[in-house]
Formats: sequence, C-alpha cells, structure tokens
Amino acid sequence: MNAPAGPILEVDHLTMRFGGLLAVDDLSFAASRGRITALIGPNGAGKTTVFNCITGFYHPTVGMIRLHHAGGPTYLLERLLDFRIAKLAKVARTFQNIRLFPGMTLLENLLVAQHNPLMTASGFTFLGLLGFASYRRSEQAAIDRARYWLDRMALLRRADDPAGDLPYGEQRRLEIARAMCTEPVLLCLDEPAAGLNARESAELKELLLAIRAEQQTSILLIEHDMSVVMDISDHVVVLDYGVKIFEGTAADVRNDPKVIAAYLGVEDEEVERVEAEVGL
Amino acid sequence: MEYFCQQLINGLALGSIYGLIAIGYTMVYGIVGMINFAHGDIFMVGAFTALIAFLLLVAIGITAVPIALFLVLLIAMALTALYGQMVERIAYRPLRHSFRLSPLISAIGMSIILQNYVQVAQGARVKPLPPLIHGGYTLFESETFAVQISNIQIVIVFITLALMAVFSWLVASTRLGRDMRACEQDLKMAALLGVDTDRTISLTFVVGAALAAVAGIMYLLYYGVIDFFIGFVAGIKAFTAAVLGGIGSLPGAMLGGLLIGLIETFWSAYFSIEYKDVAAFSVLVVVLIFLPTGILGRPEVEKV
Amino acid sequence: MAIAAETQAKPAADIAAALKNGLLAALAAFGLFSLLIGLRTDQGPTGALELTSRATVLGVFVVIAFVGGFARGLIGGERTIDLAAYVPDEIRAFAARTGRILGFALLAFVFAAPILFFHNRYLLDLGIQILTYVMLGWGLNIVVGLAGLLDLGYVAFYAVGAYSYALLAQNFGWSFWLCLPVAGCLAAFWGVLLGFPVLRLRGDYLAIVTLAFGEIIRLVLINWWSLTGGPNGVAGIPRPSFFGIPFNDEENGFAATFGLEYTPSYRVVFLYYVILALALLTNWVTLRLRRLPIGRAWEALREDEIACRSLGINTTTTKLTAFAMGAMFGGIAGSFFATRQGFISPESFTFSESALVLAIVVLGGMGSQLGVAIAAFAMLGGFELFREFEQYRMLVFGAAMVLIMIWRPRGLVATRAPSAFLNKRKAAAVTLVKEGHG
Repeated sequence: MNAPAGPILEVDHLTMRFGGLLAVDDLSFAASRGRITALIGPNGAGKTTVFNCITGFYHPTVGMIRLHHAGGPTYLLERLLDFRIAKLAKVARTFQNIRLFPGMTLLENLLVAQHNPLMTASGFTFLGLLGFASYRRSEQAAIDRARYWLDRMALLRRADDPAGDLPYGEQRRLEIARAMCTEPVLLCLDEPAAGLNARESAELKELLLAIRAEQQTSILLIEHDMSVVMDISDHVVVLDYGVKIFEGTAADVRNDPKVIAAYLGVEDEEVERVEAEVGL
Repeated sequence: MEYFCQQLINGLALGSIYGLIAIGYTMVYGIVGMINFAHGDIFMVGAFTALIAFLLLVAIGITAVPIALFLVLLIAMALTALYGQMVERIAYRPLRHSFRLSPLISAIGMSIILQNYVQVAQGARVKPLPPLIHGGYTLFESETFAVQISNIQIVIVFITLALMAVFSWLVASTRLGRDMRACEQDLKMAALLGVDTDRTISLTFVVGAALAAVAGIMYLLYYGVIDFFIGFVAGIKAFTAAVLGGIGSLPGAMLGGLLIGLIETFWSAYFSIEYKDVAAFSVLVVVLIFLPTGILGRPEVEKV
Repeated sequence: MAIAAETQAKPAADIAAALKNGLLAALAAFGLFSLLIGLRTDQGPTGALELTSRATVLGVFVVIAFVGGFARGLIGGERTIDLAAYVPDEIRAFAARTGRILGFALLAFVFAAPILFFHNRYLLDLGIQILTYVMLGWGLNIVVGLAGLLDLGYVAFYAVGAYSYALLAQNFGWSFWLCLPVAGCLAAFWGVLLGFPVLRLRGDYLAIVTLAFGEIIRLVLINWWSLTGGPNGVAGIPRPSFFGIPFNDEENGFAATFGLEYTPSYRVVFLYYVILALALLTNWVTLRLRRLPIGRAWEALREDEIACRSLGINTTTTKLTAFAMGAMFGGIAGSFFATRQGFISPESFTFSESALVLAIVVLGGMGSQLGVAIAAFAMLGGFELFREFEQYRMLVFGAAMVLIMIWRPRGLVATRAPSAFLNKRKAAAVTLVKEGHG
C-alpha cells in the first residue's frame, strides 16, 4: 500500500525523570506512517511512560516528540496539553487498565469520543439548544459512525447496555472502537491483548491489520504477547530500564542476544560481559 | 518590636490549639481518605465535657487547680474519645466501601447532630468560666509596651509539646502506630496481612478525638468562654492547618497549626479583626491552589 | 431478595450475647451522656455557671440504649437491615412502571396547588419555599450530579443573585424581569471567576475550597457595610408586579384592573407561578443539555476524567461550563428569593444552606431530576412538619441525613437513564455510575 514518505512520529532524545528515578533515558526512535510499530520490553522498562509522554499525560524532562501530518503541519507533542494532542494532532490512545465510561451506554461512549466535531456543529451548544437542523444532521452522522464501529467490533447488539456490564474482552474492543471514533492518524494501544485468550488475540490481530489497511491509521503498540508482536508488527523497538536496546524488524528482534538477555536473563558469570555490550 | 513579640507568643499559643485539632483531621484523612467534617464539633464536645467535669469536681469539693485540671484532662479525653469512636461506628463505618460523597454527607449530618445536641442539652447561650490559671511573666519591656507570657500560654505549649512527643513515639515505635502507618499506605493489603483494620481505624479516630479534647480544654482555659458553635470555625481553620502542613503528615499538621495561629494573630493585630476569619479561609484557598500537597506533604503522581 | 439470615445459636447463648450487647450499649450511653445530658449548666444569679442534675433523663437514655443494644444483639449483630430488600419484586416493578405517571401526576398537582389552596397562605408560602429549593437542587445537580464536582459553597451564588437584584433594583430601579437575567449572568461570572483557579483540585479538596469561598463571601457581605449594609442586610426590595401592574389594593392595582376582589393572595400566587416557571426552565435546560455534547461531556467527566482528556475534551472548560450553569441558576433563584422576601441579610446565606442543597442532590440520586425534586419535597416538607419541635428539628434533620446515607448511599433514584439510544432505552444500575472525583 502507498504511504507518503517520512515517519509519522519522531521521538528524539526523550528523557523522563521522576525526582531521582530515571524512567526513560535518551530514547530516540521513529514510527513509520501507515505501519504498525511495537514497543516491547520487560516490565518496568518504561514503555507506558513513553506513551504518557507522547500523549501528553507526562511532561518530558528532556526531548522532542514530533508528529507529522501527511501533507500537513508538524506538531511538537512535548509542548502540547494532553487533550490538545488528541484534538489537534489526532493521536488517540487506549489504557493499560481500561478506562471506559462504565455508567454510560456503548453508544454514549462512542458519542463522547466525537465530542469536538459535535460541539462545533452544535454551535457550542447554542444551536443545539435551539434545535437547529444542522446540529441534528451532525448528531445523526455521529451516531452512524458509532454504529459502524460497534458493528465492526461485533458489539452492535449491546449498543444500549451500560459499558460497565460488558465482559473484559468486549470492553477492550469498545475502548479501541472509541479511540477510532476520534478519527486519529496515530493510534497508541497500551497492551491491547492483555487478558485476551487465543481466539480473542487472533481477532485482535485481524482487527489491527484491517485498521492499518482500511483507515490508513498508523499504530503504535505496547505489548507483552509476542505472537501479536511478531505477527503484525512492521517495526519493533525494545526497551530495558528506560534504554533502547534494539530497533528493527520483528524477524531480527527475536534473535538479538541483548533482547534475549533482557527478557530471560543471563548466567551470573556473563553478567558483566552482557552489561558492557548493552552499555549499562 | 515588643508588640510583634507579644503577637508572636499569642500566635504560637493559639496555633498549638489548632495544631492539636489538625492532627485529628490529618490522621483520619491519611487512613480512610475522608475529611471528618464532624471533627471540629468533637473539639467542641471536648470543651463542653471539660467544662462540666470541672464544675462537677468543684461541686464535689475538689478545688485544687492542678488536681482538678489533671482529672478534667483524663475525663474529657476519655469521654471525647468515646464520642469519636461512636461517630466513626455509626456514621462512617457502614459507608466505608461506598462512594465518596455519602460519607461526606453523613459527616455533615453528624456535625449538625453534635452541634444541635449540645445546643439542646446545654442551651444556646455562651458558657463562661472564670480564669483558672492566673498570672504570668513579663519577659521584657520597653517604655510603652511589656511583652508578657501568661502561665496559661506556658501550660498550653508545654502540654502540646508533651503530647506531640508521646504521639510521635506512638506512631513510630508501637504496634498500633505501625498498624496505622500500614493502613494508611494500603488498607486492603494491611487487612490481608492480619492487621485488624476496623480496630486500627477506630483507634485513629479515638486518638484524634482525645487530642481534640485537649485542644478543647485549652481553648476553654485560654478564652474562658465556649458555645456550641466554636467547632465549625475552629474546624475549618484546623483543616486549613492540616492542608497547609501537608495532609497525611503529623509534623505538618502541627506546623500548619502554628502557622495558621500566627497568621490569624498577626492579621488581627496589624490589619483588621473583623476579617480575621477571611484571612484564614483565604490562606486555605491560596494553599490549595498553589501548593495542594502542603509544605511537608508528599507530591502525588497520578498513575495513568 | 435475601433477607437477613437467622442465627443458628441456641436460644440461651443468644440471650447472653444480647445481654452483653445491651450492657455495653448502656455503658457507652452512660459515658456519652453522663456529663452533657445528665448535668445542665446555666448561668446563675452571679453570672457564674451552676450545675443542675437531670439524672432521670440520663437514666431514660441509658435504659433505651440497653434495650436497643439487647434487641440488636437478638437480631444478629453488625448487619444493617436493607429495608428495600423487604419490598417484593412485583411492587418494585409496578413502582418502576408507574414512575412516569407518578411524575406527571405530581406535576399536575404542583400546577393546580395554588388554585386548590388559594386561601391557605401558609401552604402557598411553603410551596414557594419548596419550589425554590427544587430549583436550587436542580441547579446544583448540574455541578454535582452530572459533572461530579463537589461543590460545598453553592450558597455563594444564591447570595450573589439575591444581592445583585436587591442592589440593582434599589439603586437603579431596574424591574424584576430585567434584573433576573442580569443577576444570573453575574452569578455565572462569579462561578467562572471562583471556579477557574480551583477546578483542577480533586474531590474533597474541591469541596473544602468551595466551602471556604462560600464562607468568605458571607463574611464579606457581613462586613462590607457601605455596599451591602452589613449584618442588617438590604431592606425595602421592590416587590414583583404583574408585568407592570402592582399588586396592591389601589385603582391601578392588579385586583382592580381585572375586576377582582383585592386579596394579598394574588401576589403570593403570582410568585408561586414565577418560581414554578423558573424551576421548570432549569429542568428543561438541564434535560436538553444532557442530550447535547456538553451534557454528555459533563457525565463523561464524572465517569473518568483522564479518558475524557485522551479523547480531546478540554476538561477545564467543561468543568467551568458546569460550574457557571449551576451558578447561573443559583443566582436566578437568589433573585427570586430577594423579591419574594423584600429583605435579605447575610444570615440567609450560611453554610447550612449549601449543606441542605447538597443533601437534596445526593439524596435524590446523582443526576436524577425527579429524584432531586422528591428529595426537596421530602426534606423541606419534613422540616415543616417538625416545626413545633423547634429545637429538636435540626437534630432530627442531621440524624435523617446520616440515616438516609446509611440506608441508601446512592440516593433515592437507583438508575441512570441514557441520553441517547439506538434501539431501546435501558436504565443503567446506579452501582455502575461513578460518582466523580472533582
């Protein structure tokens, strides 16, 4: 498929320090447009911290994060507020511990995702309050988009149920559907396969590949489930203790000794040698 | 200069009283995460209990001030602690796992109950008490002004220091203190490890109430007059003190109390006395806007 | 529905345990009440305090405590009795179905009330008071119920509205209908001003800060003599007229103009319909806003603020709008209050008012319009019923607050109706609805 040249996301020398704790140390990588990039590493490696910096929930101590819209502006994400990153730069995300609106129905969850276009269409509420037809049309369009995504995720029959009633796997799907309703150019998924069984993981893989193909949305993925990472990622970045220890294709990453050492550990005698290699 | 020193002394004495009340707020907030709205009224109940106990002792013939005071201290601390325990059991414990607003409403209800209970039981008029501890010392003087420290002020500071020492020892070195700290960090985990969380929480309330009772006695001795409404304003100021010092921090509560006492005293002395309460409330607002974790508090980083 | 299980112990052991419970309760009661109830302090002839004994009263309390503890011990301990569980399912379903009809019946009654009770000035006044609190409850509901922001200083906006109307009407001679929207806007402006620095605070902190603001405003009102008249307040506030026709017994008065017998009831009835209209306006606006993006954003804010931000919603402006809307309605209610009373003073704007309105909102069930209305009726009606017991009234009020929270912490109305649906409107159980963290 044709994707315009140039990466969509460039992370340059990202460092995140919490008091005395160095969570991310001088991280640089790029995510290609229209591709799936995976961010992997053992627990505590700093992956979610990187996500939080990209999506504006943390303010990076040092570094630059650039988001390039195809044929459009470039956004400096380290300077933008979290909601502006979602609104202007069109970066959407899901969360490690699912964050839905449990008391609201599935449909309402997806309508909230389309808040900004609907607000504009409602004339910042005034037109909507007075019942103008233009707002009603926009609302109908929003409902149609919500219906499309619910259908895609096989959640349509539960559209009017409160989101808190859904089983775990369906909640994850809803969260992704909600993110897609914001029409993002970059979708950041934090452990989307966590807690899913084999069949659900397979469905997830298909879904992400389809999103990449149809919507031309670039995907940035944190994941522990290696089958998901290996099967669908175009590009893999490996973190350990906040440091990038490898970047390359899925095929290369599984054989790299540093990565294996990070995940599986090494014999006591070899620790010094490996540490020197890794550069710790 | 002399005037300034006098205000300093006055402010520290007043601040000690606020500090003792503030400790109750900060402990309860640390352990169950709620603002005990009724705590200020527990302080008021302590003051009333002390007053009546004292009158009773005089009536039965114990008039020697040190002995009477000692007994009043014991009685008031014990009975007020009982009030604290009852309030927790009735109004807060059933709502512990409920959502956030219901304990707050329950606390407000409890505060209304306590205020009106005392009002109905003892009448709405102010209750005066002739000064029990007389005299003081003149520290130094100039031509126009003498800086004095009264005996009651000495007693207040002394008792406060003693209680702080006992209390810090309690929290740092005893089993109960360890349980309290554990519950504060992670209530569920503490329960799983065998800590009797219900008892620990109850005891937190009890200790807070006992300290508030001491504050009540000192308020009674210092100002010589109490009424059923003193809990409301003192409560808010003490809460301000707890927030200023850093909610969850014990030395912070005392530090905050002293600061609020000083601010209130200096404001009344140098600016206007009518607006002194406004000064205290404004401090609260300013602290919460610019320094929500307080001076000695731990900054919270929200996990996303 | 499960009913509390019976204990399996032998009767003898049961009695012993219950006795022990009773004794403990009696002991506790003795400890609690011995000094404060058993003895009474009064100022004697010399001005010093004297003690009088009320041993019998104390004895009664101790006995009641013993009996209560004993009974509790027999029933079985710590479990609170869920009264709702005793209601059979059929009745519950019936109540749910007739809910809507009940709402309409209530509305019809409210409309007809002034005609039914035309000559009962007392009931009309009570009705006006209740409707005022219903409006305040609906206004605060936007802030606390929909957006999940803990506001303990709502009375501040009530006061701003009242004083704005009073001062504008007195000093500039503006009519009620002109002052009303102006007061609303002023209150909304204050809402934004007060809200802006503090809305990023969480939960309890926001509650305390708003409480402090409420108190600061009250203290300023008391002390700023030149502007507000200090503790004496503002008197001689112009009474409302029927769109220009005054309600008096003169030739150009309301009664004369419409060829009716003069009675002061006309003005009261007019006031009643005015507050009813204002309250219904509040309700209509709230219901419409709930279905618009801003209303949904408020509720989403209550559910999960971080998720909202991740969806591109500017939570600061969303919170400010909720605050401002709530403030506006509070201000309008305040203006009405001023014109109804003809006189206002800082005493009417204490923290107790904020607490009362908050209690109405929480008791009604977060976000539920009908629940808030019912709660307002119940609380104020109950308050009036106990009017004879002047002193004990507040005590019962406080106790009611505690008891109702223990019984139904989520409020009277147990479900949330969705604001949009594809096929079928299904109510969400309130246990799923979050309460918001400010």
